[in-house]
Amino acid sequence: MTNGALGKVYQDGEVIICEGEEGHCMYVIQEGEVEVLIAGEEDKEIRLGVRGEGEFFGEMAIFDRDVRSATVRAKGEARVLTVDKKNFMRRVHEDPSLAFRLVETMSRRIRELGEEVARLQNHG
Amino acid sequence: MVKNGLQLDDGSRVGVIGGGPAGSFFSIFLLDLADRMGMDIEVDVYEPRDYTRPGPVGCNMCGGIISESLVQNLAAEGINLPPTVVQRGIDSYMLHMDVGSVRIETPLQEKRIGAVYRGPGPRDLKEVKWGSFDGYLQNLSIEKGAKVINQRVDEILWEDKKPQIKVRKGEPQPYDLVTISVGVNSASRKLFSNLNFEYETPKTTKTFIQEYYLGEDQIQEVLGSSMHVFLLDLPRLEFAAIIPKGDYVSVCLLGEDIDKELISNFMNSPEVKAVFPPGWDFDAKSCNCSPRINIAGSKRPFDDRIVFIGDCGVTRLYKDGIGAAYRTAKSAATTAVLQGISVQDFEEYYWPACRNINTDNMIGQVMFLVTRIIQGQRIARRAVLRMTANEQEEADSAKRMSMVLWDMFTGSAPYKEIFVRTLSPAFLARLAGDLAISVTGR
Repeated sequence: MTNGALGKVYQDGEVIICEGEEGHCMYVIQEGEVEVLIAGEEDKEIRLGVRGEGEFFGEMAIFDRDVRSATVRAKGEARVLTVDKKNFMRRVHEDPSLAFRLVETMSRRIRELGEEVARLQNHG
Repeated sequence: MVKNGLQLDDGSRVGVIGGGPAGSFFSIFLLDLADRMGMDIEVDVYEPRDYTRPGPVGCNMCGGIISESLVQNLAAEGINLPPTVVQRGIDSYMLHMDVGSVRIETPLQEKRIGAVYRGPGPRDLKEVKWGSFDGYLQNLSIEKGAKVINQRVDEILWEDKKPQIKVRKGEPQPYDLVTISVGVNSASRKLFSNLNFEYETPKTTKTFIQEYYLGEDQIQEVLGSSMHVFLLDLPRLEFAAIIPKGDYVSVCLLGEDIDKELISNFMNSPEVKAVFPPGWDFDAKSCNCSPRINIAGSKRPFDDRIVFIGDCGVTRLYKDGIGAAYRTAKSAATTAVLQGISVQDFEEYYWPACRNINTDNMIGQVMFLVTRIIQGQRIARRAVLRMTANEQEEADSAKRMSMVLWDMFTGSAPYKEIFVRTLSPAFLARLAGDLAISVTGR
């Protein structure tokens, strides 16, 4: 069945996007998991989370012009599909509802971040 | 234009005639959007085909290519096509002409084009290893809450200005909205000849599709994960492709009046023979069909409480029919849930999506005319080959001709966008240079 696997396969630990680099696409995980990391003090990695099958990552590049805010690498073997910014924006222009799932995902992540901030403040 | 206030509400019933990609996409998006809006809508999909059965009874007759842009759009919609349905991911195109062949790699070295069968596979399928693409979408619509009725629709009736769907030996079922998503090959088209509104069936042309069993290993060895396209100087042939699937390959011909002579000339050309295994017996074919494709969409594919989507409405010229089914289905579904189901609603919110496709098709006709000229001129063919081959060899060069050909073959970009790119001074300058070299014969 591997002949029909769409996207690109990344091996365990392989970097898919790199914090600080320019980005012109987002990604949808077809199979496996990826971990999202940011560089902490003294080059220590801080893991922000793990994303699984069907989830997006790198979606901020679709909407802003800033560099990648985190590094994403495969956690085990992962198969990932690239969604081009141009293709996505062309389609959103015709059908804004295409962005529903993305907005839903971003909204959920903001909620999770709010909860995390509250949790850290309680412990601080 | 004054709206007549026809709306879908909680408890509304929607009938969908045709459960191919357009009907399934429409059901999925309508039910999803209704759910987001807190509306409970009942959707019945009438589809007599059984997508678990190989051959014509489970097949909707098409080349079975899911374009790069559609694969991405579906992923963004949360519809990820699994390898149990996609028989082969395509990562490159091989362009074959009498003057030579060139490989055009996918821009990101990633498999983003899916080769599928609409049913489980050809008539003589030895083992069902992959699922049907249409069946996969139908199952997604069922998961969303659609009910599939495996019967052929006999009649569409009207009672109190509301449509009714009648199947053989069944009572007419009333609906608030009827969506028609039958193909242009479907016998259901005659259902609409007696309807009292200005629906004009699309203009069509005949294509030819033939299947060959090669087996997975042999396909990998001789064709790999490349789609093979042919620009040959054969009269009446517009475009031809060989698409590797799981255990089979599909040979697809587009053109005018495709007949046995044209098929024979194509299959016996040295360029085609070189793609198949040495000594391949072209008589050892599996099933074949001559489906019709829509080449000029319906002028007004909607009325109060009725809308035509996919092939029986408006579709893209020659390419990406499933992508057009997705676009028209989504537009009709969002119009029905968010705006209304009157002729004015469809005119204002659904028709622009169809009009965009129609306008783009006009530019597509110009592009195919230019392609025909190139096909007929050896010097032009050599220049195209030379320009593409050089771009593919030079890692850092701008892939201008490669991307024009890629998007023309894959249907990934609108024809208008491709056309504009061919007008860029850099493109024209390089093409002129390669034409000059071709003329001098270097």
